[in-house]
Amino acid sequence: MADVTAATIPANAPEHCPGPESSTAGKASSCEGCPNQTICATQARGPDPDLPIISERLSGAHKILVLSGKGGVGKSTFASVLSQGLAQSSEVGLVDVDICGPSVPKLLGCENEQVHQSSNGWSPVYVQDGLSVMSVGFMLPSDSESVVWRGPRKTGMIKQFLRDVDWGQLDYMVFDTPPGTSDEHLAVVQLLSGISGAVLVTTPQEVALQDVRKEIDFCRKAKVPIIGVVENMSGFVCPGCQGESRIFYPSTGGAKKMCEELRVPLLGSIPLDPRIGRACDFGSSFLDTCADSPAATAYLDIIAQIKKIVNHQT
Amino acid sequence: MSNTDVGERLASIKHVILVLSGKGGVGKSSCTVQLALSLVNQGHKVGVLDIDLCGPSIPRMLGLENQQIHQATAGWVPVFADADKRLACMSIGFLLPSKDSSVVWRGPKKNAMIKQFLTDVYWGDLDYLLIDTPPGTSDEHLAAVEYLQEWNPDGAVIVTTPQAVALSDVKKEINFCEKVGLPILGLIENMSGFVCPHCAECTNVFSTGGGEGLAKHLDLPFLGRTPIDPNLVMLLEQEDKTQVPNVNDPDAEKEITGSIVETYQRCELSKIFAGIAKHLEESLSNKEQ
Repeated sequence: MADVTAATIPANAPEHCPGPESSTAGKASSCEGCPNQTICATQARGPDPDLPIISERLSGAHKILVLSGKGGVGKSTFASVLSQGLAQSSEVGLVDVDICGPSVPKLLGCENEQVHQSSNGWSPVYVQDGLSVMSVGFMLPSDSESVVWRGPRKTGMIKQFLRDVDWGQLDYMVFDTPPGTSDEHLAVVQLLSGISGAVLVTTPQEVALQDVRKEIDFCRKAKVPIIGVVENMSGFVCPGCQGESRIFYPSTGGAKKMCEELRVPLLGSIPLDPRIGRACDFGSSFLDTCADSPAATAYLDIIAQIKKIVNHQT
Repeated sequence: MSNTDVGERLASIKHVILVLSGKGGVGKSSCTVQLALSLVNQGHKVGVLDIDLCGPSIPRMLGLENQQIHQATAGWVPVFADADKRLACMSIGFLLPSKDSSVVWRGPKKNAMIKQFLTDVYWGDLDYLLIDTPPGTSDEHLAAVEYLQEWNPDGAVIVTTPQAVALSDVKKEINFCEKVGLPILGLIENMSGFVCPHCAECTNVFSTGGGEGLAKHLDLPFLGRTPIDPNLVMLLEQEDKTQVPNVNDPDAEKEITGSIVETYQRCELSKIFAGIAKHLEESLSNKEQ
């Protein structure tokens, strides 16, 4: 289990707070007078009994998180394309932990599929050879139904995805996350052992980079290795005149400069191509439909790099 | 928990509007900023409250990075974006030690922060308070709606982009509004097309018309369709908000204006948003009658 004790100590805790996960939580002398003392003292503690089950179920798979502090930068698109790319030669499981806004079913064109229950647990949805998917989207009665859940319930759902789904033997597991640094992210990081690393997706403008810096800070706090940064939607080539423009202007040097500053690898830049969005809307595979486009080449190059880095670790 | 403190604090505010979207990165924050700037330009006093605690964008967009919150006897004093103090702003971004620090909080702590924003900020007299939210339908949204409930917020403006993937998340947000009884004031279709600065051809980067179709389908007021404007992106990006951005010729000498409110008026998009702001104003005054 990753050490997240430091991340769980609230910023306004009294000095020398042992952290709510520690065995002395609520009992240490520094807990005297803290408004959370009783909560800390009465909460169940110690290693979660489900952790060994999860780590056994998912053993042998490289676990890759797709993160970004910012929304709408293309996390789900990237996670889907990455999974499709990896699935060409291996067994891949894609877990959509974005509980409030699951996009993966739509992107992979399997919106109306259902999750079935078997004696080994939930069966994930098989999209193509070697690619199985799990998302809360498969469990909603209609696509306009909202999931208005607070943190603990979301954490419970994610745990079920990891513990109760019959994934079979996987080579890779890709996790698509919601924006931010909150319950879903903490849940994944705490429940998984041996995360291969995180791929951070960003767009070139400072407003997005700002949030990605926060996500890098989160990875460092939670001790998740960073595989690298992908700059999405960088540059747009007008289909009319072939003139290039930068829709999301990199006023602070874009992802390249940020990566240099924070010393994380930049895996590559993917240009903005309206065909990507269209492929997503129709649930078709962008890598297949536009195999020779510059965006597809960029994707394949990044996927190859991720494969190399992840396999090099073991 | 009593919400009467929220009521007291908001008594001096005429209208409270939430800006929502199930999807991230569709332009909630930039639409909030543009609405605020348009309302200020039309002579109103406006406050912007940023409750996106994990990814606050408003300070950068309004050029208020590195500003500090001050404590007065009446409460926290918001940061003002213009010299006349007609545009006030509050965000967690002002409270963080550095722009790189992450806020790794679970729900209950976020709720407490939002409550504090609603009870402790000394807004003074405002015509509009715009609340910018994070994506999703979770803790932050429930907290804001819950604390505002007794006080009856005017409603929500929903922002979407035209592609189907965004629309399915937005449908969830509309469903959320219905569940919690929050009226929907209208829908904005953002990033609808991009006009190439070289040849003026409009490309629908994220398709087009989806938002309008959805509004029609669900019988919601459609507030307008706004294209991607690189000049606006640049204005929201640059640190000095008094420079008029010019993407076609970035090295040319920049025109200097008095404040961000004035600079924004030089952007093409301001005309569309002026219309949206007017539309909102009218529908709110109709509601009162």
